[in-house]
Amino acid sequence: MASTELTRMTAAELAAAIASGETSAVDVTQAHLNRIEAVDSSVHAFLHVAPEAALAAAEAVDARRAAGEPLGPLAGVPLVLKDLFTTTDMPTTCGSRILEGWRPPYDATITTRLRRAGIVILGKTNMDEFAMGSSTENSAFGPSHNPWDLSRVPGGSSGGSSAAVTAFQAPLGLGTDTGGSIRQPAAVCGIVGTKPTYGGSSRYGVVAFASSLDTPGPLARNVLDTALLHEVISGHDPCDSTSIDAPVPPVVAAARQADVSGMRVGVVTELGGEGYQPGVLGRFTEAVELLESLGAKVTEVSCPHFSYALPAYYLIAPSECSSNLARFDGMRYGLRVGDDGTRSAEEVMSLTRDAGFGAEVKRRIMLGTYALSSGYYDAYYGKAQQVRTLIARDFDAAFEQVDVLVSPTTPTTAFPIGERADDPLAMYLADLCTIPSDLSGNAAISVPCGLAPEDGLPVGLQIMAPVLADDRLYRVGASVEAALDQRRGHPLLDDAKGLKGEGEVGGK
Amino acid sequence: MGSDRGCAVDSLASMPITRDEVAHLARLARLALSEQELDHFAGQLDVIIASVARVQEVAAEGIPPTTHALPISNVYRDDVLTDCLGTRAALDQAPAAEQDRFRVPRILDED
Repeated sequence: MASTELTRMTAAELAAAIASGETSAVDVTQAHLNRIEAVDSSVHAFLHVAPEAALAAAEAVDARRAAGEPLGPLAGVPLVLKDLFTTTDMPTTCGSRILEGWRPPYDATITTRLRRAGIVILGKTNMDEFAMGSSTENSAFGPSHNPWDLSRVPGGSSGGSSAAVTAFQAPLGLGTDTGGSIRQPAAVCGIVGTKPTYGGSSRYGVVAFASSLDTPGPLARNVLDTALLHEVISGHDPCDSTSIDAPVPPVVAAARQADVSGMRVGVVTELGGEGYQPGVLGRFTEAVELLESLGAKVTEVSCPHFSYALPAYYLIAPSECSSNLARFDGMRYGLRVGDDGTRSAEEVMSLTRDAGFGAEVKRRIMLGTYALSSGYYDAYYGKAQQVRTLIARDFDAAFEQVDVLVSPTTPTTAFPIGERADDPLAMYLADLCTIPSDLSGNAAISVPCGLAPEDGLPVGLQIMAPVLADDRLYRVGASVEAALDQRRGHPLLDDAKGLKGEGEVGGK
Repeated sequence: MGSDRGCAVDSLASMPITRDEVAHLARLARLALSEQELDHFAGQLDVIIASVARVQEVAAEGIPPTTHALPISNVYRDDVLTDCLGTRAALDQAPAAEQDRFRVPRILDED
């Protein structure tokens, strides 16, 4: 099969072609390495590409197949890992100078599960430093570019993974979602991304940002591939004390079912209206009408405390971050600055952290330090935790009336690189619709629902489901995807023109 | 007590954060910020804090705090011996090592 053809196929198709012998894992891997070589100077999705490790992993899959061993449903399929999953054979930097070149001594549980599944890890992707941001502009190693329009952001913090999947550099990507960091980049790139139920995917070996919120999850170009990856990475992990010891929801079966007839869908009143781009609201409204035409019962549901989710999040997440990032002290690993034999450990620590952390990380560490200070704790952190309870109660009440909730994933389409870079509050608005599910821990997905007419950029439909009802996301998502693909007559990414002329990214 | 706390909260929300306070936070957080960084961050943190203070508008009397997305209690496992990192692996990425240990700058003052 031609190299271009292999990079255009879905993960499910690639796995089937490898299993049947129609192609080999090595050929599939090489095709994607060629693609990376051709376009990553424009996209900058990668912080590290690992051709040798990837080809070795692919050879192992081909050898297992030749020996007649049974292969998993994604064996031989290439994937990119956000650079905060620890990997013994590749650096793990979290997009930060403080961890530049760091080689972790152990693999994350998810890394181990990917390897066992025969998934081929192509490399590590760019991200906002320590996952703090919505654009990858907070990476110490420069921003990634949106393959729809290279002058715009690919979203963040998992923006390297979303850009790589969109640019056909890999069919699968992994990210983490703390305030929207999987769903928002998926939405602005026109791909699919899921935040599983908190605790459904292991955090062991995922460098921590805000431990009560961090949730690893899958990104892919279609709903079924996303579900297949969701299933591979999920399930109880004794190494993570918050990991849920319960069966993984039947996400793959739900994606294949793709049927919303009789489902009750609630449109969240508070997530729309003023401040939202007209084209985003237009496509969202059409998606809701589509769901109705497919047999869903649509009602409007009010979640009155959602408007306080953003301020609560920007107290809770920085508080946890200020505590988690205290480990970067320049003593046991990572950067050390100013150790000249005269300075004290404390001075070296302060110089190291000033030199090693970027502006957004420093802002959040100080904000968290402030919110946790005695005298302010009750008014800020304590109050934010109460708001968190109220948001979870809004979800509980809503899910008594409906099976899933829907909203736009983001208030706007991809914004230009530089536009919000030094305006933290404007940047924070990108996560307005995604944060409530992080605070309450329930499952949520973003599925493309068309292009905004005013700028021709992708719009995401967010679907939210109760805790451990992740399968509902895929039922609804796959149904919307199938109907829209049929109406359009071709996959959405065929309309991406950002890399035209560089081995045609999407554009024909 | 409820009404007293309400007052304290109102006054907090409108209190601007000063450059000196930001310098104090930076010291607590072990960040050796430059003078320019202090100037830059002081204004930004003031705006952010004023914005997040909106959580204080919510009537949350008697509402329990949520610290975690899901209710969790302690998780126990059997005490089983497993492999751990050896000295070489543990020190492999150390900024400085000596005699099979992490070498760190002095912790105490000389006097």
